[in-house]
Amino acid sequence: MQLNAYLIALKGILTREFLRFVQQRTRFFSALVRPLLWLVVFAAGFRAALGVSIIPPYQTYITYETYILPGLCCMILLFNGMQSSLSMVYDREMGSMKVLLMSPLPRSWLLLCKLIAIALLSLAQVYAFIGLGFLVDVEPPLIGLLTVLPALLLTAVMLGAIGLFLSARIRQLENFAGVMNFVIFPMFFLSSALYPLWKMRESSEWLYWVCSFNPFTHAVELVRFALYAELNLTALLVTGGTALVFTALALLGFNPEQTAGGKRR
Amino acid sequence: MGLDVHHISFRYGARTALDDVSFSLAEGRLNALLGPNGAGKSTLYALLTQLFRLQSGEIRLDGHSIRGPSRVLKQQLGVVFQQSTLDLDLSVMQNLEYHGALHGLSRRQVRQEAGSLLERLGLGDRHRDSIRSLNGGHRRRVEIARALLHRPSILLLDEATVGLDTAARQAINRHVRELCREQSLTVLWATHLIEEIAPDDPVLVLHQGRLQADTTAERLCRQQQVPTLGAAFEQLTGLRAPTPCS
Repeated sequence: MQLNAYLIALKGILTREFLRFVQQRTRFFSALVRPLLWLVVFAAGFRAALGVSIIPPYQTYITYETYILPGLCCMILLFNGMQSSLSMVYDREMGSMKVLLMSPLPRSWLLLCKLIAIALLSLAQVYAFIGLGFLVDVEPPLIGLLTVLPALLLTAVMLGAIGLFLSARIRQLENFAGVMNFVIFPMFFLSSALYPLWKMRESSEWLYWVCSFNPFTHAVELVRFALYAELNLTALLVTGGTALVFTALALLGFNPEQTAGGKRR
Repeated sequence: MGLDVHHISFRYGARTALDDVSFSLAEGRLNALLGPNGAGKSTLYALLTQLFRLQSGEIRLDGHSIRGPSRVLKQQLGVVFQQSTLDLDLSVMQNLEYHGALHGLSRRQVRQEAGSLLERLGLGDRHRDSIRSLNGGHRRRVEIARALLHRPSILLLDEATVGLDTAARQAINRHVRELCREQSLTVLWATHLIEEIAPDDPVLVLHQGRLQADTTAERLCRQQQVPTLGAAFEQLTGLRAPTPCS
């Protein structure tokens, strides 16, 4: 198969995901409403209770809204990544996954294309959210909008890969609630998205360590530093490593027999 | 292009779905695969389309054994699954373009090919319509057009006419027969509706995972010494041949 065929397939999958996304406009708006509520409502109530001292990458005291902006960007990526697992299960149950699997191209390439499509769509939502942040005076440096792009992309791939990995383990759509309770919420709340880890350590040493080992914490820190044109090497290595491991696990763990009726379950 | 199945068996845990099934498809013909629900037809399709891995036996394409994922086999197969696999949120052409892209066809190539395919299937003016706006018969036609888009030499249809009214079923059946005649397309047509099979069609009867007959419809009637294919089916399976519901 020629290289051209691989690129045509990538374009085809990107176009299909984009068209489906455009058709489901409510998904776009609901993806923005969730973090906006956190930014505007939750942060307003919390800012008085939670002081944020000067910690890298910040050079001065910052508002609580400024602190949680990178975490909320990652929240969008997290929900989108998990939504992708829902969409994979839906495609499997509706049969459209079979169309993908009937392609003569390698399955690993097709799944990788799907992962890239999910990541790119997530990025569009994050930038829309950052744009809305400017309206409520949460203004990261303009150069940060550029430097944060690779960090967001890597995070989106990591979370998309986790979603893809989980989709192979979700038997039915109804089981998606379990993903919410056992993956999304623990990943988000046990991270530095809403509060710095030193604050967590003041309350509980073991919780601090759990948060420190959470890859989502490192993704948030990678985005936080990149938003201020700085590199957090540890965060980059952990996020990149997790993305690699879960991409490999998702590709290896994908079982096409589940798409063909799943009588073996 | 010839497709042969040799001694295929498949089990779901302790349950045997296919038991030592062997046959060769007659090239350029509509080969009917007849069997009641649960006979193993869908499992056979899943093996032919490589959605399932072979547990034993082999598939040969033009005499070459196919082991493991095969790009060549997928290039030669067009498939219409029992359950609709169209994307309801997209239009007819967008569905075709997506399928084409997965087979390495550019948008321009898809449009060139799709125009005549849709025209032949009576959907020439519906390419911009959303799949949601099409009735069941038209959706099936789109699936057939999609299956033929990359010019396969073998078309697999898994109960493609289930749930359609008589007129739609007959139209699809007629069109597939034309394709066999005009383009030498080899078709494997799984059905449990006797009326879709012509007397000279090669017929495979599958029951409880075993191939009960591999002949033509009229020969099968002679062998079983019964006047109709329905009666022959009844003798082979112990079940009444289902009557079409329209």
